Amino acid sequence: MLSGVKHIILVLSGKGGVGKSTVSVLLAIALKECGYKVGLLDVDLCGPSIPYLLNLQEKDVHQCPQGWVPVYSDQDQNLAVMSIGFLLKSKNDAVVWRGPKKHAMIKQFLTDVYWQDIDYLIIDTPPGTSDEHITVMENVRSLNCDGAILVTTPQAVAIEDVRKELTFCRKTGIPVLGVIENMSGFVCPTCSECTNIFSSGGGQSLANIADIPFLGCVPIDPRVGQSVEKEQSCVAKIPDSPVTAVFKDMVKILTKPIAGAEDGTAET
Amino acid sequence: MEDVPAEAPEHCPGTQSESAGKVSACQGCPNQLICSSGAARGPDPGIELVRKRMESVKYKILILSGKGGVGKSTFTSLLARGLAAADSDRNVAILDIDICGPSVPRVMGVLGEQVHQSGSGWSPVYVEDNLSVMSIGFLLSSPDDAIIWRGPKKNGMIRQFLSEVDWGVLDYLVIDTPPGTSDEHLSAAQYLLSAGLTGAIILTTPHEVALLDVRKEIDFCRKVNIPLLGVVENMAAFVCPKCKTETAIFPANTGGATKMAEELGVPFLGSLPLDSRLARSCDEGTNFLIDVPDSPMTVAFNKLLTDVVKACEESRNN
Repeated sequence: MLSGVKHIILVLSGKGGVGKSTVSVLLAIALKECGYKVGLLDVDLCGPSIPYLLNLQEKDVHQCPQGWVPVYSDQDQNLAVMSIGFLLKSKNDAVVWRGPKKHAMIKQFLTDVYWQDIDYLIIDTPPGTSDEHITVMENVRSLNCDGAILVTTPQAVAIEDVRKELTFCRKTGIPVLGVIENMSGFVCPTCSECTNIFSSGGGQSLANIADIPFLGCVPIDPRVGQSVEKEQSCVAKIPDSPVTAVFKDMVKILTKPIAGAEDGTAET
Repeated sequence: MEDVPAEAPEHCPGTQSESAGKVSACQGCPNQLICSSGAARGPDPGIELVRKRMESVKYKILILSGKGGVGKSTFTSLLARGLAAADSDRNVAILDIDICGPSVPRVMGVLGEQVHQSGSGWSPVYVEDNLSVMSIGFLLSSPDDAIIWRGPKKNGMIRQFLSEVDWGVLDYLVIDTPPGTSDEHLSAAQYLLSAGLTGAIILTTPHEVALLDVRKEIDFCRKVNIPLLGVVENMAAFVCPKCKTETAIFPANTGGATKMAEELGVPFLGSLPLDSRLARSCDEGTNFLIDVPDSPMTVAFNKLLTDVVKACEESRNN
């Protein structure tokens, strides 16, 4: 299972709508632009957002002797994507499944997709600490799983759920790579007044309490949402956005210890 | 395969199956006798228990959304507070069936409260004289505790919440759900449909990423026959507190919730603006509608509230 995959990173959050899929996509693109081969697996079966975010909605998955061929977002085949969204007939179709079926589907995603040799596999998850998470954790734990990135927004309501996710990681032995705070503040485009719509500082204080690395604050920037929807990387297209800087730093943090500690592959 | 219990042996044929208790996988299973006698077949006894308990509840409203973080719990709390404040003779309750991420205790300002057991069931936590709350958050010993459960255990918990909480006589029961279209939603639908569910209110934010998931939720409601009361759009526009410029933080590139509701033939109940004071009020668990009566959010919500009440009454008359 996943034999050609060098590193696995999980993107988790107890809370929904905090930007797990956006962070997964931006991280995947940032890694790709640093010269790595990247895979992106969406295990959110009831609400797959990745195909839309990468503008791959109309694409199909094909079968080859080695398994399912993922959808590639670019010509050079450096970013491979797999999601249940590619398998649905209409965008309105609901996947009304209980746990055992979801378990089987995720198991199939993990075993049957022919990723070929990729440096990083990023796994985007639904909110919660239930079937999908248990299944992914059980299968990934024994592989080269680097760990999990926790995404949160600053409000106490979100932090509360993310603390539960942290407990999940600790109980199941998944290392936590760090926490990233999304939607920190909104800078008004007219008067440049920064409003903390969802308050601020929650991610940092969570990192302090739980003693985990803090990977950065991502402010609200409507341009990022729009660029993501147009399948462009904010890292390349909006170099002055603070979001870009956060992801550049994050790639540095994530790639550094690993490239040194293991076989030193995929140097840029 | 939906009737396979959580701790069943491998290859369990399922308790509802014709061959329950009779195949080789059943050898050694402690429930083999019950299964082979046929007692486990037939409808879930929980359905009847829920129906009995729900007889004293007039309107049962599900708050749904395929997408997370769109404000289901916030809207639930506003709706319940609004309903309770409008008429002190009206009894309102909130049931939070988000098992993995219960937010209602914090939003309602009853964090750290305990649930007590009495002869007639679990007593909910009271926020006002006519407003009570039940959530799994009250049953956890620490805020860090994670509920790491697969579906069948969540199903059991929801059945208990629906059948064993001593609500008394209620006018409105507002049920807050987790995002998705899976175990929690199927269980709630299964139990409540036979108990006279009034309908579901679908929450969304204006951008396409959220609408994508919300369309799936509407498809889910149609598949399992949940009546739809309407769609509410949350976080529609943000007004800068300094210069009053309006910015769409979650831009409605595809026409927003109004267009989606129109396309899918669902009533559109209204649109609520984004107000940072509401986020703070939820974190502190205070009553936003009373504390900030001049907010555009409060004004828009009060208008919406009358529409929701009207929709409920109409669906009862039909």
